[in-house]
Amino acid sequence: MKALLMHKDKDFDLQQPLPWNEAALTQDLELNTLFNAMAQGDKFIFSVVRSAVLNGMGLDRENIRYRQDILRDCLESPSIAREIYELILETLESKKKSTWFIFSMKYPDSILHTSLDVISIYMTMLKKLRDYLTGNGGKLRSEGFRGLSAMLNRELDDEYLARVEAHLKKLKFRKGTLISATLGKGGKGVGLLLRKSKGRSLPWFRLLFPRKKQAFTYYVHPRDVSGSMALQDLNGRGINSVANSMAQSVDHIENFILNMKSEMAFYIGCLNLREKLSETGERTGFPDPQEPGLHTYHYKGLYDICLSLTLNRKVVGNDLETTGKNLVIITGANQGGKSTFLRSIGLAQLMMQCGMFVPADSFSADLCTSVITHYKREEDTEMNSGKLDEELTRMSDIADHLKQDSLVLFNESFAATNEREGSEIARQIITALTEIRLKIFFVTHLYEFAHGMYGKKSKGHLFLRAERQQDGSRTFRLSVGNPLQTSFGEDLYQRIFKTPEGRTGR
Amino acid sequence: MPSFFIDLNLDQVVDAITATKAEYDLKPFFYTQLHDIGTILYRHEVFRDLEDQRIADFIREFARRMVLNREHHAQIDKLHYLLQKQFWILDAVEIYCEALHELEQKLGSGNLKSKGLRSFLEYLRKYLASESFTALEAAVKGLKHDLAGIQYCMVIKDNSVQVRKAGTEEDYSSEVDETFRKFKDGAVKDYTVKYPDRPDMNHVEAKVLEFVSQLFPEIFARIDLFCTNISYIDPMIRDFDREIQFYIAYLEFIDIFRSNGLAFCYPQMSEDSREISDTEAFDLALANKYRNQLTSIVTNDFYLRDKERIIVVSGPNQGGKTTFARMFGQLHYLAGLGCPVPGKQAWLFLSDNLFTHFEKEEKIQDLRGKLEDDLIRINDILDRATSKSIIIINEILISTTLKDAVSLSKKIMGKLIQLDLLCVWVTFIEELSTFDEKTISMVSTIVPENPVQRTFKIVRMPANGLSFARAIAEKHHLTYESLKKRIGS
Repeated sequence: MKALLMHKDKDFDLQQPLPWNEAALTQDLELNTLFNAMAQGDKFIFSVVRSAVLNGMGLDRENIRYRQDILRDCLESPSIAREIYELILETLESKKKSTWFIFSMKYPDSILHTSLDVISIYMTMLKKLRDYLTGNGGKLRSEGFRGLSAMLNRELDDEYLARVEAHLKKLKFRKGTLISATLGKGGKGVGLLLRKSKGRSLPWFRLLFPRKKQAFTYYVHPRDVSGSMALQDLNGRGINSVANSMAQSVDHIENFILNMKSEMAFYIGCLNLREKLSETGERTGFPDPQEPGLHTYHYKGLYDICLSLTLNRKVVGNDLETTGKNLVIITGANQGGKSTFLRSIGLAQLMMQCGMFVPADSFSADLCTSVITHYKREEDTEMNSGKLDEELTRMSDIADHLKQDSLVLFNESFAATNEREGSEIARQIITALTEIRLKIFFVTHLYEFAHGMYGKKSKGHLFLRAERQQDGSRTFRLSVGNPLQTSFGEDLYQRIFKTPEGRTGR
Repeated sequence: MPSFFIDLNLDQVVDAITATKAEYDLKPFFYTQLHDIGTILYRHEVFRDLEDQRIADFIREFARRMVLNREHHAQIDKLHYLLQKQFWILDAVEIYCEALHELEQKLGSGNLKSKGLRSFLEYLRKYLASESFTALEAAVKGLKHDLAGIQYCMVIKDNSVQVRKAGTEEDYSSEVDETFRKFKDGAVKDYTVKYPDRPDMNHVEAKVLEFVSQLFPEIFARIDLFCTNISYIDPMIRDFDREIQFYIAYLEFIDIFRSNGLAFCYPQMSEDSREISDTEAFDLALANKYRNQLTSIVTNDFYLRDKERIIVVSGPNQGGKTTFARMFGQLHYLAGLGCPVPGKQAWLFLSDNLFTHFEKEEKIQDLRGKLEDDLIRINDILDRATSKSIIIINEILISTTLKDAVSLSKKIMGKLIQLDLLCVWVTFIEELSTFDEKTISMVSTIVPENPVQRTFKIVRMPANGLSFARAIAEKHHLTYESLKKRIGS
């Protein structure tokens, strides 16, 4: 039995290892801001959305749409989604209460009895869920929810639940346990096997004239403590296997419920995020994923969701329509929105690939196999070989892990040396990278590099520039434009130091 | 234990060989030297057969079963309930019978070459065909078969257990499993409680067994008859089981070294020629001590020709001289047991006796006492030694003046030469090495570039202690030239 709310054909694996560059991605794209907004303080939801977002890269378009549909159901009927999640939480909570006594692993009969109690709790819950989904069938249109409902009705029909009930009762062994055995080493009983006592199912004439069977009975004296322990052991050996099997069933059913919990937690996280964005009136939309390799971008109003969440207000978005560009070089004004733009590209890609809505009015891009970031690590501009060495070490790591159809985001990389050297390094690296199928975004101040790439007039290259008004103020929008020699740091300097010559700031 | 065992570290070697075989009491075998070449060759043959891993494995498997058989009898003595003891006796007898059948079958296929194993196999075949063995086996098989067919049921309720013959009741666990199968997905924890598998019974189990015996009285009556006063192990088989372990233990021990590239060989033994030699030999006790770093074990060669009888070993201390002397003694002793010995190819002398004279540890004696003690001991050895003996002398007469030591040593050397016996003498008195045509010189060596580092190689060459001193000086920049330069600036 599988809930199948994350994948069409398998469970969501919360333990799936995160991508190798998880730490860099989290830092560079400020993913924790996103995860925190989704988790709203719930550690479990945090871990689920973290795993889902970072590991979304393996999904195909069909699976993305499968999740989008379920998410649409949730967005349309948030109370249903939240009630299902609540039911799961309540059930797990009441299991904890029912097993408040120490679950003694030493005795099969205590293992058995605890297991029977817990199975009973779980069965009640599953029946409730089954009926709740059936009752709300009209509001749930997604294949995922409909599938779950159908599965529960099929697997846990009333006849089956009655059978379970009967077993739970019988396994309390009110009439004693019937155990068969053979003689093992030293005449000890081995191969102890629980048998079904025939009870009243004998034909009537047998009940009237039971065949006389030779039998011997031993009564342990009430004060014979070691004797009653020995008897308990004998009984324990007999029911060992069925106790194990019941305890394992508890685990199996619990795994099903826990899995459903983590799958639902993803959608609860999305609901939380959507509700948070509504506070500032930010818009979101469901993206339209494309096959890898098209190098297509069609978006309107794409904004940096983490910036919006941090500032807690609406932020500026960007529009673009382009196809067939494998290298986008972004130049232009300092604090002109270049980094923000780069982040919005990375975030939207990750959110799209795990089946979420994206921070844009509309968004369409091709799927990629991984998102990789290479950011300048510290903001200071101190030049030393140690820093360049560190940058190149990271670059070398990336080269080790690079897969075709990755999205690679460079932010002011290789600037830890003088412009000529940095440009040459960047030129060589980027030239090599553009010769395999990748999508590359490169924010840079390396004029020589950017200008050189521009000079190639390649069809696959796109140049964007952070806008700057005549008066020096920023719009935080990017537009198509060739690299310019200065990054307007002077403007920034003057604004901060508020002197036309920029001297008194010292 | 022979008196020279400790000097030659043979006690350590024998301890190591027999370490895992304590129950066979093998040490006495290692304390008795053989005195005729025929017996030595007889043992060589058995060793060679057992060097075939297949055959050694057959023996090991047989030994394992015999151990199991003995463990059963040890357990029987500890058990309380008669019925239970009887079950264990049946098992013990069954193990014994199976062990012998398997041994016979396997040795039969083993293409044995040694007289020793072939005649044992012949005996074994006769024994297996004997009336007493076949009857024993048939009885135990019949009883085991009947017991295996017994199936019974228990009903446990409150404080009672009822026992009866099993009927046709269905397996309930599998029905329950079936019902919950649909939830199975992936691996989960095993909740099976582990009950200790103790051989003894508690009184409830004993009661159940007693009831079972009452439900099947005929089978249990036959068991009772079978087990009363049973005695079944053949004395020849018992002896074989022990003696063959002498070989197995030795081969298992030397395998450790062989697998690390150290060689063993079957020495050519002679009762008259003293033209002995060995190549790539080593001290087995030392090798055993450094089991985990055997690559560092240094091997040594030696030979004596014509009239040469006495190896005088000199050279830097800590250079492997004592090790060499011990090795020489060990080689001859182990060869005298009929065992393969360290080395690639060896010609060794079958001596009538081995004597050692090693410097005694205790040094808190007054010098006169110690010198006296040395002389008394060496005199005693010379009294008892014959021309067929071997003497190993390690650094004696050091507790006197050099002049005394030289003159006393020369006197002793004279007597040794007169006896015409084989001898290794470790000494700092280099003159001894050129005493006579019967003496040869072997020297411990050093690495020329780093004189502190010993090679532990003992090489046949004239004694010349001087080069070592010079090398040491150079290392410390204290040669004339070096020192001149240092103080000159």
